[in-house]
Amino acid sequence: MFDYAWLAQYWPVLLKGILVTVQLIAVGAVAGTALGIACAWVRSLGPKWLRPPVTAYVELIRNTPFLIQLFFIFFGLPSLGLQMSELQAANLAMIINLGAYSCEIIRAGIQAAPRGQFEAGASLAMTPFETFRHIILVPSLQRIWPALCSQVIIVMLGSSVVSQIAAEDLTFAANFIQSRTFRAFEAYFVSTAIYLVLAILLRQVLIAAGSFIFPRRSGR
Amino acid sequence: MIEFSLWDIVRNLLLAARWTVVLSLVSFIGGALVGTLLLFMRIGRRRVLRLFAKYYVELFQGTPLLMQLFLAFFGLGLFGIDVPAWLAAGVALILWSAAFLTEIWRGCVEAIAKGQWEASSSLGMGYVQQMRYVILPQALKIAIPPTVGFSVQVIKGTALTSIIGFVELSKAGTVVTNATFQPFMVYGLVALIYFALCWPLSKSSQVLERKLNVAHRNH
Amino acid sequence: MSLIEITEVRKSFGANEVLKGINIDVDPGEVIAIIGKSGSGKSTLLRCINGLELIDDGSISVAGAQLLPDELHLKALRLKVGMIFQQFNLFPHLTAGGNVMLSQMVVKKTPKAAAEAMAHKMLERVGLGHKYDAFPDELSGGQQQRVAIARALAMQPIALLCDEITSALDPELVAEVLGVVRELASEGMTLLMVTHEMKFARDVCSRVVFMHQGRVHEIGKPEEVFADPKTPELKQFLGVH
Ligand SMILES: Nc1ncnc2c1ncn2[C@@H]1O[C@H](COP(=O)(O)OP(=O)(O)O)[C@@H](O)[C@H]1O
Ligand SMILES: [Mg+2]
Repeated sequence: MFDYAWLAQYWPVLLKGILVTVQLIAVGAVAGTALGIACAWVRSLGPKWLRPPVTAYVELIRNTPFLIQLFFIFFGLPSLGLQMSELQAANLAMIINLGAYSCEIIRAGIQAAPRGQFEAGASLAMTPFETFRHIILVPSLQRIWPALCSQVIIVMLGSSVVSQIAAEDLTFAANFIQSRTFRAFEAYFVSTAIYLVLAILLRQVLIAAGSFIFPRRSGR
Repeated sequence: MIEFSLWDIVRNLLLAARWTVVLSLVSFIGGALVGTLLLFMRIGRRRVLRLFAKYYVELFQGTPLLMQLFLAFFGLGLFGIDVPAWLAAGVALILWSAAFLTEIWRGCVEAIAKGQWEASSSLGMGYVQQMRYVILPQALKIAIPPTVGFSVQVIKGTALTSIIGFVELSKAGTVVTNATFQPFMVYGLVALIYFALCWPLSKSSQVLERKLNVAHRNH
Repeated sequence: MSLIEITEVRKSFGANEVLKGINIDVDPGEVIAIIGKSGSGKSTLLRCINGLELIDDGSISVAGAQLLPDELHLKALRLKVGMIFQQFNLFPHLTAGGNVMLSQMVVKKTPKAAAEAMAHKMLERVGLGHKYDAFPDELSGGQQQRVAIARALAMQPIALLCDEITSALDPELVAEVLGVVRELASEGMTLLMVTHEMKFARDVCSRVVFMHQGRVHEIGKPEEVFADPKTPELKQFLGVH
């Protein structure tokens, strides 16, 4: 009933799809977290006038499907003169999406920072921003690192919908293969298994990155 | 070309949004039922069942929902039935929701302090009685905010069923866009409708969470 | 001229007036002990002097410069006045050396090598030269507090504010921290310290301020204040009848 003979011919297609998915999540994770840090700073410590627009952004993204965000960016923005390739749109959508989710996660980490840390910074003549940048940020990220890792994995798995704007990721590869071989179930089964492996590997990579960025165990 | 007024567009989207709501309700309720079953396996005493529930959760949380939808769609097809999109969508979303709810609820059960177990067993209660009278009532209370929060994920998750051809809000967005050539406005409106569905749930989840925290601090 | 002039300072939290017109002048090199019951406003006073709380009325000036609530003036003030906290507030992600270096580099733009040299010197000064690479959670409370002192000293302040800096310590660790403070006092550092260590206040301080209900209730040389308290409140506080 099952037939996996097509794998011999089509594995390069899968491999290319894997690489695109990996590239998407690599860029998305780094840039999205950076955006999340900036937004978390605004929402917890930044200038008051900047808070409403950032809050609106965060709430809007968290309460709409990624698929619609992607369509809006890829199909909607060109009417404003913002033309993008499929891959650029996919990258942008993932950054914007993770930016909003990580903002809330990181903000929780900042709120858990002991007040004394802010006061110590101030008493050493550091500005609020310097205090945030050099004192608050790293322990706050360390506190929420596990939650951030989970969110990155969720975004990686969610990236499979970028195939819908013809960005050539792993799901796109599966679609392509099933359209050529008519072995739909097998094609999706194999790519699902690959996603599972990618998720497991990504978690390992993120945990390793965590122990590299935060060499100290305790982040009080 | 037929001219569409703004109202035509909105009306079509809202009509389709009914199916988003229906599918969300079915998935959430079905997911809660299956999730309850899995929860009892997960926190129960039978090792085989515990492991089954554990790997079930890891499998569904470790793979894309879109892939689960495809597999349901084409997998059910392997049994020789012609699978309608709504069936595949419902099955996949129920199984997917169940995994997340199981994990959320397991966290709540485990958050009940060890002292509660010890106190109740010191009163001579058996495992089932402990669960029934001590642990679950408390876990239920702290489970409400994250469970409400997860309902938002379910609503957003239903958007993916458009990809296997189920006609709900997202699919309607694409159809209307193709007819009107106004992607910016149509997808903007689609996003707003999703927002209108999700945001009240997100907010209530946050409010409930805050209330719970305050209640706990006052203990 | 006084180094620190505190004139008619008032501070309220909502309806609760915590400081009700405080006047204290501190000369260079003075060591002042602030004593008083919990809630009498001692911490609030020190925090006002460091600009961690904004005063409602009155004025505070340090070395002739007024304390004004904008970022520039606050920075100038905090460069002159360091503060040590009850809870140490070391930065958990940095080593002892890193804790001492950070603000030099960030605030004063001191080059790394110079900041490092200063960190070594200051840690040496508090007797912790060998703990340069230790993280806060590897240090005892007394050692952490001494790192906090080194961290403040590295900014080369002209005065230090100490808020119950031994209150969070186990009794056997109090002496090592007080020893460092005693050393600083003998080197001529101006110190304002809230403390419950009466013996230390008597031995080391040039003046003692007794605060009661947001006011300076009594002030004077330690031998006067401790041997001959004038007010019933101070008598009760000191437990003499
Ligand atoms: N941030 C604050 N908000 C409201 N009230 C405060 C705050 N800080 C201190 N207080 C109040 O001010 C009073 C004096 O506090 P504090 O200066 O800490 O006293 P002390 O250090 O002498 O024990 C207390 O009643 C305290 O509750
Ligand atoms: Mg105090």
